[in-house]
Amino acid sequence: MSVVGVVTESVAGETRVAATPETVGKLIGLGYEVVVESGAGEKASFTDEAYAAAGATIGATADVWRSDIVFKVNAPSEAEIGLLADGATLVSLISPALNPDLVEQLSARPITVLAMDAVPRISRAQSMDVLSSMANIAGYRAVVEAANVFGRFFTGQITAAGKVPPAKVLVAGVGVAGLAAIGTANSLGAIVKATDPRAEVADQVKSLGGEYIAVDVETEQSTDGYAKATTDAYNARAAEIYSEQAADVDIIITTALIPGRAAPILITEADVASMKAGSVIVDMAAANGGNVVGSKPGEAVVTPNGVTILGYTDLAGRLPTQASQLYGTNLVNLMKLLTPGKDGRLVLDFEDVVQRTITVVRDGETTWPPPPVQVSAAPAAAPVEKAEPQPPKAVMTQRAKLGLVGLGILALFLVNAYAPPPLPEHFTVLVLAIVIGYYVIGKVHHALHTPLMSVTNAISGIIVVGAMLQIGIDGDAENGTVIQVLAFIAILLASINVFGGFAVTRRMLSMFSK
Amino acid sequence: MDSASIATAAYIVASLLFILSLAGLSKHETASQGVLFGISGMTIALVATFVLVADLGSTTSVVLLIIAVAIGAAIGLWRARVVEMTGMPELIALLHSFVGLAAVLVGWNGYLEHGYFELQSLEDIHNAEVFIGVFIGAVTFTGSIVAFLKLSARIKSSPLMLPGKNYINLGALVLFVALTIWFVISPALWLLVAVTVVALALGWHLVASIGGGDMPVVVSMLNSYSGWAAAASGFLLNNDALIVTGALVGSSGAYLSYIMCQAMNRSFISVIAGGFGIEAGPADDKDYGEHREINAEDTAELLKNASSVIITPGYGMAVAQAQYPVADLVRKLRERGIDVKFGIHPVAGRLPGHMNVLLAEAKVPYDIVLEMDEINDDFKDTSVVLVIGANDTVNPAATEDPSSPIAGMPVLTVWEATDVVVFKRSMATGYAGVQNPLFFRENSQMLFGDAKERVEDILKAL
Repeated sequence: MSVVGVVTESVAGETRVAATPETVGKLIGLGYEVVVESGAGEKASFTDEAYAAAGATIGATADVWRSDIVFKVNAPSEAEIGLLADGATLVSLISPALNPDLVEQLSARPITVLAMDAVPRISRAQSMDVLSSMANIAGYRAVVEAANVFGRFFTGQITAAGKVPPAKVLVAGVGVAGLAAIGTANSLGAIVKATDPRAEVADQVKSLGGEYIAVDVETEQSTDGYAKATTDAYNARAAEIYSEQAADVDIIITTALIPGRAAPILITEADVASMKAGSVIVDMAAANGGNVVGSKPGEAVVTPNGVTILGYTDLAGRLPTQASQLYGTNLVNLMKLLTPGKDGRLVLDFEDVVQRTITVVRDGETTWPPPPVQVSAAPAAAPVEKAEPQPPKAVMTQRAKLGLVGLGILALFLVNAYAPPPLPEHFTVLVLAIVIGYYVIGKVHHALHTPLMSVTNAISGIIVVGAMLQIGIDGDAENGTVIQVLAFIAILLASINVFGGFAVTRRMLSMFSK
Repeated sequence: MDSASIATAAYIVASLLFILSLAGLSKHETASQGVLFGISGMTIALVATFVLVADLGSTTSVVLLIIAVAIGAAIGLWRARVVEMTGMPELIALLHSFVGLAAVLVGWNGYLEHGYFELQSLEDIHNAEVFIGVFIGAVTFTGSIVAFLKLSARIKSSPLMLPGKNYINLGALVLFVALTIWFVISPALWLLVAVTVVALALGWHLVASIGGGDMPVVVSMLNSYSGWAAAASGFLLNNDALIVTGALVGSSGAYLSYIMCQAMNRSFISVIAGGFGIEAGPADDKDYGEHREINAEDTAELLKNASSVIITPGYGMAVAQAQYPVADLVRKLRERGIDVKFGIHPVAGRLPGHMNVLLAEAKVPYDIVLEMDEINDDFKDTSVVLVIGANDTVNPAATEDPSSPIAGMPVLTVWEATDVVVFKRSMATGYAGVQNPLFFRENSQMLFGDAKERVEDILKAL
């Protein structure tokens, strides 16, 4: 049985912790023993007592770092890497693509490192996707931070003291964070617009109450669920849109990140200068270089024209309790995958695409970068779909239909013109009854179709009348006996219909109640 | 005033009552009244005919008649009392076959009776009427029997694929016309036997080559046929009551078939010609990715936090007999103040309106059971959709993938809701044999197992 150690975060300003009392309980349920460093959950409002009550032991720093499996939020420092025991497994955020030095340092030790921020975006792995869960929180917090600095209401109001227009918010980049920001800003009453190179997000934007601004240039479909770097034509058009919008909106929230690269610049210095005084920009990509010229990671900058640019990098950490809970749950879900026997024994299966992708170092050997993963929901490329058009259905033209109807009417006319009585009378009755039937049935409520069928069934048992007339034949006439036998059977069958049909309809209708 | 004129008057009254009966069924409030009209109409018609037979016929005839009606009534009432609501499609199909067989027998008797005719042309017409009546009746008979066997899973419901099946059907029709002409010119018993056999074979082949998913259309189509069979007998017997009633039933069945076909975006001809989902579209080898599973407890949690829930049931609910626990679930959720509605696709189940009857049986109030057009706009404001045993009727491929075999079929747009939970026994495809991309969407989760047991698990968790 392995021991899971939950350590205190050493990065200044970090408030989160990699396990909460609730997730500790779940880890114990998977067969692990859990050691929590004293004070690890303090900033996220989780006391040592709460962890102990959930079944964890409280340990000193050095002891916790010697655990078989170490849970952490941020990537470890050089000193911390040294604290790890040989053969240990470290689970934390690593950003391997951006930190090659760190990966090198980690692979110098005989340890295994799992990067929580490398979880592939496939449906099965969603429950472990830390980036999504953190981005969701960060997107919410970005709007709250903007509202804090913004000197006005978000919602429009008409008061006795005059009219207040609603705030206009532009969200650049509709990932999880962007969607969370759209939803939050919309629920505060702002007018929300959003941009993203992936046209397929338009519906998602709309579903949260935002307006999607399309950049009308051909783009590639995303196949891995992340945005790609964009083409020149696209960038030119997008820049124009950002310039137009910057002059118009009050708040801009940028979330554009491209995996493994510096964040793209979306808002130029000129755009910032064109904004109204008192406007707010939240640059959620500040940690990766920023989407806005002039943003500083972790700081609030006020430009000469009175625009505040927030470059906070700890947005998720500003909701520490919730962020820790979600991060912790992501880790538990990962452990569920890694502990198939639920026996507290961690098994790493490189055949599994999720496990392969998140493993940065295995037993001191670098396994980064992993082979690419195809994401599940990728729409097939358009040309393939259109390659085989459905053969057009043989639809009758209007003229052909009219012709057929005319032919039918002509036939009816001819039959009746030549037929002796009583045939024309019968046809009169038939035609009128069909028309009446059509109009009467057309009004029947859809929920009553089954009772309708059983009642028409009972009514069509009227054929019993025919059979009854036939059974009345004199038994001594030609074929008399045969006719009587056949009629007898027909009456019997049709009676089943008549009585059964009405009875079952009554039974059904008695069940319908409001 | 003799018994014949009494009968004629009674038939007119009965026909009027039948029309009122169908009109009454247009609303829930007047439906039971409508059935009462129907019963009165039938009673009047039967009593009048009985008086006529008693007046003109021998005592033996009267006794035979009473015995036959008594036996038929006993069987009918017994079946009506014990039938499970999930078994309604089978029962109705079986009842159609009785009408078909009765029409065949009446037609045969019409030939055997050899009435007296003033004109040669009247005799020719009579002979043609015998043939038409027997033909329609026999097609209805075997068609309904096959439908019954398919619906009750006594034979496989997959479509029979004989080579050149359209030519077989067409050939049978041509043969029927030829035999009719021959019979009119020189009547003979063997011709009557031949046409009966041809019609029986045609009826069997027609329905055998239609897949189980098209059963709602088939059942209403057979309903229509049984009406036309009765109308044809009316011509044969010079009886207007039969003609009126037959035409009412015939046009009602045809109209229902039309509604069903529209709901599947298919032409009536192509359904009758058979074969749905035969063309393996290019969609089949597509990689849909992976689905996510959910358990009953998490579903219960999802429902607790929902503000509005829509349940879209399908044939799977009927198979699992899950309507009672589903109704309990609805009651519990409504007590919590959650808005719960049902969305019913026109072709859900194996009979038009099948789902409504099942839900009514479980005492679900009918004003929260809505049809597709009423509810499709509501999905995007809905927290959770429970798809219980439905598949093709909630398939987004119908609207999004032009190469899909069910492209263009109107479907319930469940995927617009925040969360979708799909109750299913396995990942198998629906009757159309088309893969359902809904299962692989980001917002849908699968709850595997028997629908009834799973719903009961959720009830426990609540």
